[in-house]
Amino acid sequence: MNIIVCIKQVPDTTEIKIDPVKGTLIRDGVPSIMNPDDKGGLELALRMKEQNGATVTVVSMGPPQADVMLREALAMGADRAILLSDRRFAGADTLATSYALAGCIKTLDYDLIIAGRQAIDGDTAQVAPEMAQHLDLPQVSYVIDAQKTANGFIVKKENEDSVQTLEVEGKCVLTVLASAFKARYMTVEGIIDAYANREVEVWSADRIDVDEEKLGLKGSPTKVFKSFPKSLKEPGEVHEVSEEEAVELIVAKLKEKHII
Amino acid sequence: MDFSYSKTEQLFLQMIRSFAENEVKPLAAEVDEKEMFPEETVKKMAKLGLMGIPVPKQYGGAGGTVQMYIMAVEELSRVCATTGVVLSAHTSLCMSPILEHGTEEQKMKYLPKLASGEWLGAFGLTEPNAGTDAAMQQTTAVDAGDKWILNGTKIFITNAANANVFVVMAMTDKSLGVKGISAFIVERGFKGFSIGKKELKMGIRGSATCELIFENCEVPKENMLGKPGEGFKIAMKTLDGGRIGIASQALGIAQGAMDETVKYTKERKQFGKPIAKFQNTQFQMADLKTRVEAARLLVRSAAWKKDMGLPYSADAAMAKLFAAETAMEVTTKAVQFHGGYGYTREYPVERMMRDAKITEIYEGTSEVQRMVIAGQLFK
Repeated sequence: MNIIVCIKQVPDTTEIKIDPVKGTLIRDGVPSIMNPDDKGGLELALRMKEQNGATVTVVSMGPPQADVMLREALAMGADRAILLSDRRFAGADTLATSYALAGCIKTLDYDLIIAGRQAIDGDTAQVAPEMAQHLDLPQVSYVIDAQKTANGFIVKKENEDSVQTLEVEGKCVLTVLASAFKARYMTVEGIIDAYANREVEVWSADRIDVDEEKLGLKGSPTKVFKSFPKSLKEPGEVHEVSEEEAVELIVAKLKEKHII
Repeated sequence: MDFSYSKTEQLFLQMIRSFAENEVKPLAAEVDEKEMFPEETVKKMAKLGLMGIPVPKQYGGAGGTVQMYIMAVEELSRVCATTGVVLSAHTSLCMSPILEHGTEEQKMKYLPKLASGEWLGAFGLTEPNAGTDAAMQQTTAVDAGDKWILNGTKIFITNAANANVFVVMAMTDKSLGVKGISAFIVERGFKGFSIGKKELKMGIRGSATCELIFENCEVPKENMLGKPGEGFKIAMKTLDGGRIGIASQALGIAQGAMDETVKYTKERKQFGKPIAKFQNTQFQMADLKTRVEAARLLVRSAAWKKDMGLPYSADAAMAKLFAAETAMEVTTKAVQFHGGYGYTREYPVERMMRDAKITEIYEGTSEVQRMVIAGQLFK
């Protein structure tokens, strides 16, 4: 089985601040990490590799600095790493990104594509579903478990209030939640190997199956009009009352807001 | 001159820091409180290849550098000094001498199991009457044809309760003095070998420090490490390497106390502002930070020399002396900055202060380090 995992390098948003005037992210000095949901996806792929045997290829689109994240993926146990890096990809929104990734994946031999649900810097959750569309593949999002069957996969999908179990035939795209797959650590040998004996293949736009007009800024219909930090909510009210009074108060407030 | 971490080291640091933070730190208080050997943590470390970092691949290790190994000791000790010393004693005091002085057969027999973490290693030199004066060995090894018969007692042996392999010094020819000491590889389970009482300690309380008791202990002939009479030399060389490990442990403890104190002084308010805003805090912390960075450079430089195959004995002694005294100073002041809270077990700095003290004592006291440094200076 050949599994492709799409991963993205993102700023560690737990350490990021927003410029209050410009509304943009202050990225200076913020470490870059593998997007957590993508890391969960890689973990799922590596578990499937251990259970059924598989070749795991990680694919990322990004600047040359993303090399270190792909080495991390190799050190965790991935077999092959491809970095789509080309000025022509720059300025891509989710549509152009998913198009480029699909164009890369078309040239590869695969049985399953795994991606994270969403990236912590953009939070769109659009890239993998769009990629499935480009590739004309079925997709299951919010995946918390997946098992290989004779001709496809049994997949558990987490909804807000329930878990669905689905059967998918043939090739498909899964988007994965980090919380369901605690990612393994890199091994010491894997780390040494990642730099000493392994390669991160850097692919340009010429190497993949795409119409160049649909790449990067040119292929991106999304225009960011304005970004700003969310304003803080007003502080709540504190009522020091008995339990009975509290119940009455809560019911009255809920009625006031037409919630009940 | 390049002071930056290599790409491999950077990636390694990312892994070990995350491992220490997520797997080691949450257990540190319990390991101390219950004097609990961190067995599960060691198993996890083994799985990642951390128990054999600088051992070449052909002997089952990860094929890493001394630099990476000491980074691991530092990062582990930053959150739990017990876990740091388990790795340090195992790597520097047991695997290193076997790797450096063992025969091919000995290396093939012991290193793969040690480096994979299936077995834990320890080292036995200290005796009740042979501490700093390590040459006064009273444990004896007598040639009995196809085996050696060992008799005597070792004390204060790190990892003893959990170790499977021990590198042990014993006198094979008393008439030769220091040159009559030889080294042996002793396995747990050898007839006549037992583990004695466990010490109740001030710090690194999860590290099981015990006596080793040899009562007509039978050691196969092929288990002598090095040649007869080379034991003291092997022991001293082993301790040279070990000191880089302990220096890293001390450095980690100091760094951990710095982290805690920066966090606390930014949160703790007195006289209407965080105590980090007072110049007294800032100046003292600036001095401590400077010491910690100086210690780190000494430690890294000693490890670099060992990796390069250069002489590093005095460098290791300076690194350990300075890092240990830095750890003691930083942790003592960290408790002071935390005030009454720092004296309680609610905060980790009191544990760090107790843990720091041993780094001025074991694998050569600070006085021994000064002897080594002065010895090089006036030779």
